Amino acid sequence: MRREGSPWQGLGVVMLKELSDHLASARMRVLEWLVVLTALAAVYAAIQQIRDVTAEDPFLFLRLFTTAREPLPSFVAFLGFLVPLMAIGLGFDAVNGEHNRRTLSRILSQPIYRDALLFGKFLAGLGIISISLICLWLLVIGLGLIMLGVPPGGEEMARALIFLLVTIAYAGVWLALAMLFSVLFRSAATAALVTLGLWLFLSVIWPALAPAVAQAVVPADNEAALITAAQMLARLSPSTLYGECVLALLDPTTRTLGPVYLSQLQGAVMGSPLPLWDSVMVAWPQIVGMVAASILLFVGGYVAFQRQEVRA
Amino acid sequence: MNATVIEAKGLTKRYGTAQAVSGVSFNVAAGEIFGLLGPNGAGKTTTILMLLGLSDISEGEARVFGHDPMRKPLAVKRLVGYLPDSVGFYDHLTAADNLHYTARLMGLDAGERGRRIDAALERVGLRNVAKKKVATFSRGMRQRLGLAEIVMKDARVAILDEPTNGLDPQASVELLELIRSLKASGVSILLSSHLLDRVQSVCDRVALFNAGRIALMGTVEELGRQVLGGGYVVEVEAVGGDAIVERLSALAGVRNVEEPGPGRFRMACDRDLRAEAAAAVVAAGGRLAQLSLDHPSLETIYTRYFQNAQEEVRHAA
Repeated sequence: MRREGSPWQGLGVVMLKELSDHLASARMRVLEWLVVLTALAAVYAAIQQIRDVTAEDPFLFLRLFTTAREPLPSFVAFLGFLVPLMAIGLGFDAVNGEHNRRTLSRILSQPIYRDALLFGKFLAGLGIISISLICLWLLVIGLGLIMLGVPPGGEEMARALIFLLVTIAYAGVWLALAMLFSVLFRSAATAALVTLGLWLFLSVIWPALAPAVAQAVVPADNEAALITAAQMLARLSPSTLYGECVLALLDPTTRTLGPVYLSQLQGAVMGSPLPLWDSVMVAWPQIVGMVAASILLFVGGYVAFQRQEVRA
Repeated sequence: MNATVIEAKGLTKRYGTAQAVSGVSFNVAAGEIFGLLGPNGAGKTTTILMLLGLSDISEGEARVFGHDPMRKPLAVKRLVGYLPDSVGFYDHLTAADNLHYTARLMGLDAGERGRRIDAALERVGLRNVAKKKVATFSRGMRQRLGLAEIVMKDARVAILDEPTNGLDPQASVELLELIRSLKASGVSILLSSHLLDRVQSVCDRVALFNAGRIALMGTVEELGRQVLGGGYVVEVEAVGGDAIVERLSALAGVRNVEEPGPGRFRMACDRDLRAEAAAAVVAAGGRLAQLSLDHPSLETIYTRYFQNAQEEVRHAA
């Protein structure tokens, strides 16, 4: 059965309204300050560390993102933790909030499809996260320029830019997850708790649990298979995927993200950086994995939303 | 003015094995106020959502201005204004901004929006609070803002779900007044309610819902005739006079006469016998204090109908 009209009608309107709501909300301000302050602290610490141990590093600028100094974690580690928090904060009450405010049926009785409402909210959330991340990224680069006094090279900038895009894709996964639960659970508090619980599980517990699960499944005599299986299981978590992407992109000497066989190392010059495109190729499956996860989660939320009764 | 705007034929909604609505059929003619009445959970809201294309139709057909809400929901939603049960607005936005959002969803351009929103808020009496946040609004003001949205939309049909629910008497009288004025400007109205007597005053025709079916349908008088056995009830109050009961009973067309209190008489008759009753009282030497024709209230009709239905069930068992 074909529907008349475009599913995108009203999409822009919904997106702009959600954007302005987010920008004006107190929740957003708290999240922004949280991200900015912690990230700046991490970068400041990294710069101190880099100054102490200045070496002949062709990718000095990328160290800004990856260097940690006790007790603070590195900038990327901060992002790996805070970006999901921000995405969940923006998405956990997207649909159930409309239900609870009793605005949903009124909005849906306007000449738009449900597609526009859900997709508009997703795009607005992603837009807000992108804006914050781009600002943060520029801030970090600027700070680096001032405090290190070394201009970044073209390849460094390209890597940093791709890193930015990957971080946005990572945020998309968590935003889609939060919105899925906002459709499934009528109470915003339940949706937030479940999403945060799943986030903790996937980011903290699952990477530690994966080797144990692999041992239970794979026969113990084949060590290579065991390691591969453990890694594959760990990659079910978007946090693992993101970590691997960052590693490949920001550390150009990374040649592979899986186990390496001796035969593969023939002719390789250990410790020499890979060209940009090869690094992207190394991280490509992870990048695709994250984008696919966002799409799958969004589709899940979409199907659930289409079948949902609108009555309060 | 007799074109049909909403047509429901055998509408059925199933949730799993439970039937929320079964085989509901009715028509709403252009320019009339049609009431869906019945207790909570009788299937009124579900029927409305199916007409709007917001809920799938399990069986049967619906047409709104000839459009199928399942296939052409956008066309239906462009023509219909909907005021949901206890309507909600975005509390952090002003009344005007809330309307601006829906107006943009309708696809109105900026100039048109401003003009229509001002006019709509004026019409429902919210012009002076247009710049106030909706968080400060009372229930009645929210309902009126909901009506303003329908006015702004320039809807040809307004579907109002429990519009007077939870309002104080003053606010609900005002709201019913607004609904009447909507009708006067040519909008057809379908409204649902469980508050029978309030709604009786505005509805041209009603359908009484019970357990997902339409039990009775027609004008209030028709339903009265159908359920209360037809006829008229004339109430007489008289001071003095003798044998008034006998004299009233002797009038042609009187079925029976009761005397619920001293000097008060209720006569059930086939036609309006007020003039004859007055003459009879005076002839009996009494002085007439009051004379009235009792209009059947929906409340009475409704209760009586379900009493009858229950008795039938008991007899059958």
